[in-house]
Amino acid sequence: MEGNHSHGHELGFWRKYVFSQDHKVIGIQYGFTSLLFLLFGFTLMMIMRWQLAYPGQPIPIIGSWLGEDRAPQGIMLPEFYNQLGAMHGTIMVFLGIVPLAVGAFGNYVMPLQIGAPDMAFPKLNMMSYWVYFMGGVTMLTSFVMPGGAANSGWTSYPPLSDIATIGQTVWLIGMVFLITSSLLGSVNFIVTIIQLRAKGLTFMRLPFFVWAQFVTSFLLLLAFPPLEAAGVLQLMDRLAGTSFFLPSGLVVTGQPLNVSGGGSPLLWQHLFWFLAHPEVYVLILPAMGIVAEVIANNTRKPLWGYKSMVYAAIFLGFMSFIVWAHHMFMTGMGTIISTFFQTTTMIISIPSIIILTALFISLWGGSIRFTTPMLFALAFLPMFGIGGLTGLPLGLSATDIPLHDTYYVIGHFHYVVAPGTIFALFAGIYYWFPKLTGRKMNETLGRIHFFGSFVCMNAIFMPMFIVGLAGVSRRLWDGGAQYAHAQPVLHWNEFMSHGAWALGVFQIFFIVNLFWSIRKGKKVEENYWHATTLEWATPTPPPHGNFITPPEVFRPPYEYSVPGAKKDYTPQNQPMEA
Amino acid sequence: MEIPYTSKARPDTGLINAKLGIWLFLASEVMLFGALFSSYILLRVGAVEWPHHVLDVPLATVNTAVLITSSITMVMSWASLMMKEFKKYKIYMGATILLGFVFLTIKYFEYSHHFAIGEIPSKSTFFAIYFTMTGLHMLHVIGGMIVNSYFWGPGSKMWKTEPERFTNRIEVAGLYWHFVDLVWIFLFPVLYLL
Amino acid sequence: MELTHPEDIKKHVKVYITVFVSLLALTVITVTISYFNLSVVPAIVAALIIASIKGSLVASYFMHLISEKKMIYAALGLTVVFFLVLIFIPLLAMSDRIH
Repeated sequence: MEGNHSHGHELGFWRKYVFSQDHKVIGIQYGFTSLLFLLFGFTLMMIMRWQLAYPGQPIPIIGSWLGEDRAPQGIMLPEFYNQLGAMHGTIMVFLGIVPLAVGAFGNYVMPLQIGAPDMAFPKLNMMSYWVYFMGGVTMLTSFVMPGGAANSGWTSYPPLSDIATIGQTVWLIGMVFLITSSLLGSVNFIVTIIQLRAKGLTFMRLPFFVWAQFVTSFLLLLAFPPLEAAGVLQLMDRLAGTSFFLPSGLVVTGQPLNVSGGGSPLLWQHLFWFLAHPEVYVLILPAMGIVAEVIANNTRKPLWGYKSMVYAAIFLGFMSFIVWAHHMFMTGMGTIISTFFQTTTMIISIPSIIILTALFISLWGGSIRFTTPMLFALAFLPMFGIGGLTGLPLGLSATDIPLHDTYYVIGHFHYVVAPGTIFALFAGIYYWFPKLTGRKMNETLGRIHFFGSFVCMNAIFMPMFIVGLAGVSRRLWDGGAQYAHAQPVLHWNEFMSHGAWALGVFQIFFIVNLFWSIRKGKKVEENYWHATTLEWATPTPPPHGNFITPPEVFRPPYEYSVPGAKKDYTPQNQPMEA
Repeated sequence: MEIPYTSKARPDTGLINAKLGIWLFLASEVMLFGALFSSYILLRVGAVEWPHHVLDVPLATVNTAVLITSSITMVMSWASLMMKEFKKYKIYMGATILLGFVFLTIKYFEYSHHFAIGEIPSKSTFFAIYFTMTGLHMLHVIGGMIVNSYFWGPGSKMWKTEPERFTNRIEVAGLYWHFVDLVWIFLFPVLYLL
Repeated sequence: MELTHPEDIKKHVKVYITVFVSLLALTVITVTISYFNLSVVPAIVAALIIASIKGSLVASYFMHLISEKKMIYAALGLTVVFFLVLIFIPLLAMSDRIH
């Protein structure tokens, strides 16, 4: 009998709500923490966008709060711009999206969808959350270090990161916490999915959401450790004076560095991207999982090509480990190795296309309900399409030459993550809100949130392709203002910044809707969306242990509009007629 | 609903949860040490010269034998529980922990000697990777010893109430300890002999 | 874990002792070979082959991998593939360079 299942006696406040071992509580903890970090990371960008729109102008209102060492007279220093840039990326990816997509949605929904009473290792689950929390606090602390937060990009390339200010050391320590949290979580997810599926729930009857989390967990399990190793090596360089990443003969501000040399900056890049490429599939797979659930439910049809989607997801996971150096085409690789990575990168687009196509075809002939979650899920499809297609020239070495490290890249990956993944996560929140609370979120506020966000996302990121094709580099504190080749496209900066601030305004509709609906949202029936998957078969909210009696599964996951059935949906745990 | 398959294997996979869990964790450790081995290769291939005969081979050979011996005492401690011989378990597990201490002591002498003559991590990429790899391995040895000590001491109370579950825990702890031995089996020739 | 009979465990113990002795012997062999001062490639090959044998013995018998379940083999197989990628591809990238 596992420790926390203390039937028959009440847990105290701390054990019930703070140090809970219940996957649902932990999922909600991850959810609120990650949403706060997403808001914070977005705020950093909204501040950056002032400097990009109006370089050298004092930042209104908050300019004076930032202090003389960040923004003297309210004018952002380049050093502070670099901190904002590095931390925006780090926070959004590692403290925001992944904890929300995997930690929150995965933890809350997956055990319910497989008919399990909890995760396989509840204590480990609790530890995963608190180690994530400590990693987040560590990252935030870096802002108050002398010299400020990490400022060498989220990619932390040496030699710069090796000699950067103290904030970089704090970043590395924060990453060690986050990677540890991730490893504990991924072991838990994989064991839970393999071992705790309900009777009758074979692998090919799993909701696609669960398959997505399963593949994602393998990516986290096997790809993160090399970055942990690299982090240790960089800490050694910074604290023990080693030269893992410092080549011989380095001169810094006129002085030769007093180190042994003999190291390789490219070693960091290989180890970093070995993780960071699979990481982008960690960002997209859970989102695809959510979109699949919402589409099946709101078309009242089974998903088209479920098996293809599953095999595509598995193939995608595998391939993601062997494409990483397409981030390194400009590092002088020879034709053999470059060809290898270009080939694998082109091949990896195939499973993504299969999944996207299957989701599109799933709409055909559907009885589409344009609920708020469905709006976000539908928008995901073309937005992810744009993100994916714009990646193709980046994946070929020759076309990457003029595009590498320009705004084109920023546009590409933001399309996949922002109106891609984040839209899917919004869809998930609106969709599963009734499961957690027994209430629905307000549809009108939801539509305003959706349409406003959709327009603004495109206003921010579409011009980036134009600006990038003109040759404007990323990570420039003044948005390219000093460069002749940037002059014709500079006006887009102001436009994009207004888009970003407007996007911020539209998120207010979501925040208000979320908190208001928790208390005052319209109460709705059990299984409000008339869905087929197991999470809707528990009481609302699900009690500790989830299912009163262990469920048994008899059907595939999306038995909607089955010919001859009484209702247009047949839950997975409904027995076959005799 | 209780969490199933904590002691009884799930029929279709034939596994208990903890067994699958520890192997997955070990898989991630393979990637961790793999990254360090990869770093070693890249640094050595890119180096103009690479030191030879600066490490104490005889001492490290003794340490290799120490870890191998601790591996068999570890598996024997599990086997003793399978044969319901708790006293033998205590002896073998105690021996495993003691051998761990011997390993650490020898490493302490090794490191002190190097530090005393200025051979510190910053001296060269060779010493950087040597100290980092053996240091990380050493942290894993310490971690294993802490777990084993818990199971030798307060944790062993579980033998009286849930012997099967306790035996499984020792098997799982053993898998981790053997892995630590396995890493050394590759570390030793790579760092000391080549 | 199904509890096997004490007699079966005794057979396993014999195997453990055999493995233990082999491991010690292989250690002596690998150290001895290192004193022959072979050139780089044979030295690496010899050391890695012996280490692999030792490692396989520990994994197969001490860690019971030889009689493990498919799920474990699958997870480990995947890991081995990615481990090899991590070892060889960066090496290839460093060797195949534009000059």
